[in-house]
Amino acid sequence: MQRALFPALFAAGVTFLLTCLVIGVRLQQDGPTLTVVGADAETWGWIGFAVVAVFLFQLFQQPLSAFKQRLPTPDLAALLPNEPLRRRLRPWLIALVVVGLFVWPFLVSRGAVDLATLTLIYVMLGLGLNIVVGFAGLLDLGYVAFYAVGAYTYALLSEYFGLSFWVCLPLAGLLAATFGCLLGFPVLRLRGDYLAIVTLGFGEIIRILLNNWTQVTGGPNGIGGIDKPTLFGLEFNRRAGEGSQTFHEFFGISYDSSHKVIFLYLVAVLLVLFTVYVINRIQRMPIGRAWEALREDEIACRSLGLNPTVIKLSAFTLGASFAGFAGCFFAARQGFISPESFTFIESAIILAIVVLGGMGSQLGVILAAIAMTILPELAREFQEYRMLMFGGVMVLMMLWRPQGLLPMKRPHLELKTS
Amino acid sequence: MNKTLLSVSGLVMRFGGLLAVDGVSLAVKHRQIHSVIGPNGAGKTTVFNCISGFYTPTGGEVRYRGQPIQGLSGHHISRLGLVRTFQHVRLFANMTLIENLLVAQHRHLNTNYFAGLFNTPSYRRRQREAMDRAAYWLQQVELLEHANREAGNLSYGQQRRLDIARCMVTEPGLLMLDEPAAGLNPRETSELDRLIVRLRDEHDISVLLIEHDMGLVMGISDHITVINQGAPLADGSPDQIRANPDVIKAYLGES
Repeated sequence: MQRALFPALFAAGVTFLLTCLVIGVRLQQDGPTLTVVGADAETWGWIGFAVVAVFLFQLFQQPLSAFKQRLPTPDLAALLPNEPLRRRLRPWLIALVVVGLFVWPFLVSRGAVDLATLTLIYVMLGLGLNIVVGFAGLLDLGYVAFYAVGAYTYALLSEYFGLSFWVCLPLAGLLAATFGCLLGFPVLRLRGDYLAIVTLGFGEIIRILLNNWTQVTGGPNGIGGIDKPTLFGLEFNRRAGEGSQTFHEFFGISYDSSHKVIFLYLVAVLLVLFTVYVINRIQRMPIGRAWEALREDEIACRSLGLNPTVIKLSAFTLGASFAGFAGCFFAARQGFISPESFTFIESAIILAIVVLGGMGSQLGVILAAIAMTILPELAREFQEYRMLMFGGVMVLMMLWRPQGLLPMKRPHLELKTS
Repeated sequence: MNKTLLSVSGLVMRFGGLLAVDGVSLAVKHRQIHSVIGPNGAGKTTVFNCISGFYTPTGGEVRYRGQPIQGLSGHHISRLGLVRTFQHVRLFANMTLIENLLVAQHRHLNTNYFAGLFNTPSYRRRQREAMDRAAYWLQQVELLEHANREAGNLSYGQQRRLDIARCMVTEPGLLMLDEPAAGLNPRETSELDRLIVRLRDEHDISVLLIEHDMGLVMGISDHITVINQGAPLADGSPDQIRANPDVIKAYLGES
């Protein structure tokens, strides 16, 4: 207790200083002069409460953590059915989830489906970045650049050449992959922090380019009126454009704007399922093992004849292509894009999804993407305290599960001895 | 069949003002165990790094099967069939034994993305072949029973053997072992001794060996090169080396 006293006092002091400066006093402009104005009594009361709370927590930290240790931790692994049963149940479970994903939008409100679509975009982005950060261990802070490339590919091709969503989707993936390859080639000889800085710069370059190339991209005004995807040429508008038909006319049902929302959602589900399948396969392919090996020991890889540059580049390219798909879909869903959608904070959020989910873990990343998009929506009532809550969740996560929600468990290839 | 597989002539490696390797030459013949010995800091590992492409030599020539290879990158040289181990075992500790051996066969496997994505028959066949080769080499180094364990959980002696197996699945022509017996107990050393001899006799492999364990070196080597302070000191059969006064002086000091 004696030893804890000084750190506790120190922590309380720091808390007092910080809260004083942030919410205790503020500057007010009074004509030409600035005056310092103190907060009201209630605020001071809360500050005092916070200081006391921090002091007490620090003072009793040791007994508290000892108490926490004694609390029985539920053995989650024991709750699950045993291994052979789990393996038998897995296909059924996956089928159930997939069917659920397709049935669900018809039962809930339009807003919920719209939010789910947004979530699915982040799932795709998280899974894509997971290849680069989780599998290959390359810290990429400019991932949003590839997202932007995908989005602008569709927006520009559709505006200038009238190409449809389904034609642009592979093109967007391809172009984003090309950008990934072009960026990766010179920078992949860098390691860790240096790579992070260069990719960060690249992300900004793309955004600033889009912002200033006004003749082509419309600059800060963005591009509007982007066509929505069609179902085999059937539009989801109230009235069909020239030479095409609408969905409700074709099927002889009355127009409902929720059709479009549900259709977009279903497209997103298909894209995510495609992403999950591809990444799942790749993880089991030689390239997936090579990424893991490269992360563990690059020198050993070289001595075995693996070319580190090519292997890293493949991770970068592949990750970028999924961002391209996601970007293309994003442009189609929004109908309007501007450089504002592709700022650094977007990269940070995607990276947070990967880290929170557990680097390299697919299911973890999916759960984290859902949490990261739904929580802010749920916390909408708290308005300005949203970011505070966000920070709080992050701190708790790092204390509770520093490896992420579900730490990575790579599928091991087993030798069957017969 | 006594042709030269690897020939190094006048190898020089300079780090700034330090001359680490000065004019080392050696020739490894087909199906031969060739040892490089010398006191600590003599530059043996530097020679290895120069040959295997981890350093670019300042001067001299390295030829493998008659083809100059100095200055090529490490993975390039390894693909030619010149595979090395390291003084400290560099396994992929979080991967299983079988996966360690599969990574080593990366370039033999079908790396076509579409074949892998759709799990085509040709992809599956390649994968099966790779598994078989891995299983074969695990058996050769007596680790088959641990195939699905993580490499980091093996004992040190087992890790050394896995390291050699991992080199062997790449089907090399010349295996370069950097102090393979370091940290092994006498029993493990004698097992290693037998393994290296078997590689030469049954699998037609040439071995270039750096080792401090004189019992091992003198017992299995066909030819020995002695390096002292970066410069070549002696070259000959084990008996010649044992009798060479310069070598005795370098090891025991001036008397």
